[in-house]
Amino acid sequence: MEISTRSWKAPLPRSYVDFFGRKLIGFLNIVHGLGAFALITLGVMFTKFRTARPVIHPLVVNQISQSGVQLLPMILFLALALGLVIIGQTVSLLNRVGANAYLGTIMVTVVVRELGPLLTALIVLSRAGTANVIELGTARALGEVEALEVLGIDPIHYLVVPRVVGMALGVFSLTVYLILVALVSGYLWAFLQNVPLTPGDYFRQLAESLRGRDFVLLALKTWAFGVIIATVTCFYGLAQPLRLEEVSRAAVRAVAQSVIVCVLVDALFIVIYLVA
Amino acid sequence: MKTPDSSPTPPLPPALEMIGATIGSLVNTDAVVVELANWKMEVGDYWAIGGLQASGKSDFLATAAGIMPPLRGALRVFGQELGLGFEHELMPTRLRVGLVFDGGRLLSHLTILENIALPIRYHQRHASAEAEARIQALLDLTGLEAWADRTPGAMRRNLQQRVGLARALALKPELLLLDNPLSGLDPRDSAWWLDIIDQLCAGHSIMDGRPMTLAVTDDNFAPWRDRARQFALLKNKSFMLLGGRAELLASTDPLVQELLHTEQLAMP
Repeated sequence: MEISTRSWKAPLPRSYVDFFGRKLIGFLNIVHGLGAFALITLGVMFTKFRTARPVIHPLVVNQISQSGVQLLPMILFLALALGLVIIGQTVSLLNRVGANAYLGTIMVTVVVRELGPLLTALIVLSRAGTANVIELGTARALGEVEALEVLGIDPIHYLVVPRVVGMALGVFSLTVYLILVALVSGYLWAFLQNVPLTPGDYFRQLAESLRGRDFVLLALKTWAFGVIIATVTCFYGLAQPLRLEEVSRAAVRAVAQSVIVCVLVDALFIVIYLVA
Repeated sequence: MKTPDSSPTPPLPPALEMIGATIGSLVNTDAVVVELANWKMEVGDYWAIGGLQASGKSDFLATAAGIMPPLRGALRVFGQELGLGFEHELMPTRLRVGLVFDGGRLLSHLTILENIALPIRYHQRHASAEAEARIQALLDLTGLEAWADRTPGAMRRNLQQRVGLARALALKPELLLLDNPLSGLDPRDSAWWLDIIDQLCAGHSIMDGRPMTLAVTDDNFAPWRDRARQFALLKNKSFMLLGGRAELLASTDPLVQELLHTEQLAMP
């Protein structure tokens, strides 16, 4: 792997043009490195689809467990809280101003399209993504990656591909659970506040606001978030030689950049929603 | 190269050949650790490569094992050039070379058994029953049966290196490179290692009795003086061929003398 993200260090900026230029070049280098890493991973995923399945499959299952199943209780708790605190309040507020007709639209826009996927992505990033960088960064610093290469095992295939697949599926499934529980618990809150809204009306409104494209785009978006988190965290853990003391800094940078890339992709999806 | 009889079979290509190879560093991508190394290792050779700490022994072996291409020059393993190429073409040749890292470099999330089994399972060389038998034989060879289900973190360093040996032998390589195999070992462990390396050189049942081609690096020539058959030195970024045992002992290079008589330092 010959991906380098060289950064030019300098004292306090004398010229702000230089300063921003350096930042810009650093940013472009990272984009270049990340892009190359993502493409290599994609290539390996397809060319080695059938290679060493008895070794790779358990790793994928393990990753789904780590960034999916094990996060389920936390996601359910958050979904409950989200439903009670935000959605319930919105429902009762809309009722008070007599804007019941917009309820479905607002729920679908806020929970299904935006908050659900993004919140899930952030949870997966904070719980599984950080573990990823630290695990891989330590393995890299201790020379385990070279040990894999000497045994003829492609580190991207063994270390990155299971994480990409596991995280994409993890974020997707957890988002579905989050949305379902948040919508139901939201109604529960409204019910407790005696909002005159029957469950039938509530779910009919939701169903009417949902379009076919919502399902497709939700799947695409959550997969994209999972792939982004896995790629960025693996990139920072693996793609350059690391010393042990640099692992924590790599983790911090990976988390920050995962958030930025996820939000940028989220913004891209808004454009798609507007156009579609 | 001479052919002993008139049979038309061409002579075996050297096990490993470096031609004007400049070797970089795994840790520091900008550094050059060895310049213009020329090395030819025939099948059946037993090399000992001496050098002080930080003389680039590990990077030299990493390059020889094919995980880090030389910055300049060429590397040929069993007659095939290991440069740029398709992985499926190079991989069979690369797997004919095994490397035992200094300290073992085990995968810390796997148990000892999984570490040893990983290359076998990944490359699926054997049917599962045969693979299990091979893994068991490797555990027996290294005396690690009791540790099979523990992780490397629970193990002392001397045993970790043994796991590294078992893992390197898993795919039955023909050429084995050992990086500092005796570092930090007590006399009993050192004796075990020297013995097993001698057996591998002569032909061990774990390798189907086939003699292996070997290269070890060390910061001390004394243990290898009467074992290895060819000697070389890494010094000042250059790879110097010393020759056989007689040439090693006759060498006037002060570093060679120093590395030969390291054991005397311990005895006042």
